[in-house]
Amino acid sequence: MVYLDNNATTPVDRRVYEAMSPYLFEKFGNPSTLYSIGAEARAAVEEARKRVADLVGARPDEIVFTGCGSESDNMALKGVAFAHMERGKHIIVSSIEHHAVLNTAAYLEKIGFEVTYLPVDRHGLVDPDDLRRAIRSDTVLVSIMLANNEIGTIQPVKELCSVSHEKGVLFHTDAVQAAGKLRIDVEELGVDLLSLSAHKIYGPKGVGALYIRKGTKIHPLIHGGHQERGRRAGTENVAGIVGFGKAAEIALQEMEEEVVRIAELRDRLEMGILECIEDVIVNGHPEKRLPNTTNISFCYIEGEAIILKLASRGIYASTGSACSSDTLEPSHVLMAIGLSPEVGHGSVRFSLGKFNTADDVDRTLEVLPEVVSNLREMSPFWRRKNVQR
Amino acid sequence: MYSDKVIEHFMHPRNVGKIEDADGVGKVGNPVCGDEMWIYIKVKDGKIVDCRFETFGCAAAIASSSVTTEMIKGKTIEEALKITNKAVAEALGGLPPQKMHCSLLAEQGIKAAIEDYMRRRKKGEEKGA
Repeated sequence: MVYLDNNATTPVDRRVYEAMSPYLFEKFGNPSTLYSIGAEARAAVEEARKRVADLVGARPDEIVFTGCGSESDNMALKGVAFAHMERGKHIIVSSIEHHAVLNTAAYLEKIGFEVTYLPVDRHGLVDPDDLRRAIRSDTVLVSIMLANNEIGTIQPVKELCSVSHEKGVLFHTDAVQAAGKLRIDVEELGVDLLSLSAHKIYGPKGVGALYIRKGTKIHPLIHGGHQERGRRAGTENVAGIVGFGKAAEIALQEMEEEVVRIAELRDRLEMGILECIEDVIVNGHPEKRLPNTTNISFCYIEGEAIILKLASRGIYASTGSACSSDTLEPSHVLMAIGLSPEVGHGSVRFSLGKFNTADDVDRTLEVLPEVVSNLREMSPFWRRKNVQR
Repeated sequence: MYSDKVIEHFMHPRNVGKIEDADGVGKVGNPVCGDEMWIYIKVKDGKIVDCRFETFGCAAAIASSSVTTEMIKGKTIEEALKITNKAVAEALGGLPPQKMHCSLLAEQGIKAAIEDYMRRRKKGEEKGA
């Protein structure tokens, strides 16, 4: 199997699994209980909180554990919007956010908030001047992702955040895709809120975190017990949180070297594709881009067909086209960077991870040209293009 | 998500390509929406003797094109016109709801190819008269 869909999810690192497993069995206690197995679980959760905080340069008491990255985004947007309703009902997001942000913003619109969607340039970058112009006296939150999940473009978050702060507006960034691939420091970026997810960094599914800068006013989404200092009720997912902590610790230790290796593999894949397949377009920023991601449009054919043909040969990637979802619309990200819908439909995202090797890349470069030419043979546009020549 | 039949047709599509001297060509769909189908037919004595396709689209669109060309080969024009998208989907062992439009595209493709054939024949008759 050649797994090139690490932006979708990653396998759990064995060291993470080993750290988690006692908390499913002998150390199964509820952190809220007073006796020893409860205290043991509580200590493990707090240790994990410290490790996740370290990954982003935060203080442990600024980290709230959630159920997933989407919940973190929901909490950031709704929690801040609800806590600042008296001040204003306007929020700003970029047009290439993950659906966890976009659909939360759309929900807020439905219940009476106003949302401005910032455009991006052809590489997927938000212009800080656009943000400056969009901020109003009633703006309560700006949410712009650190790195895009589909094309990997890295936003100038530090600059965007300072534009936001100049006007006294809180700033959230979705760092779900950036974590473990970029060094993140909340102090350096200046952000007030930042979303994370464990399963993108070789941790388990079902656990995320939201960094909330000390003093930030925010409402909880889930009311109940006093867990997470009243900011997120519900018995903690202890094993999941411990796994997240371990994954964060490993990411911090190994990232620097790993990122160089992965970028080399990604470049080898990208160059190889550009060399052996004609009429392809690389999407995203040429430099300001996640080291593991390449999003490529194969003109004249459709992405889902490419994905399925690759999968039948044991190579797993994903499509930028949302063809498999109910909407049948091409990816909103690819539309926002100005691709035509037909080219957008022909896009594939390859996202590498720490378990990929040079052999994986070579195998993909062996199979992919055949898959593409096979589908092009079937396409009316390919033939027409060749006739026009 | 897809039935074995869809995957089988997608992986090994039948009747791919262009018929250079086709008697009718149907072009349906739109690449903006993610799929476009070109259906070519060759007609002899009121019967479809050959049928081929070229498709830009997802697995369901390619499988629908493939199975439909199989279904109408050897059929009379009248019989071919009766093929519905439901029949196409059934022949594929079902399609996911959001992919049903692919079978509809195949039905429309056949109809468009036959209409084109009729139009050409009428033109030919007028010229001959």
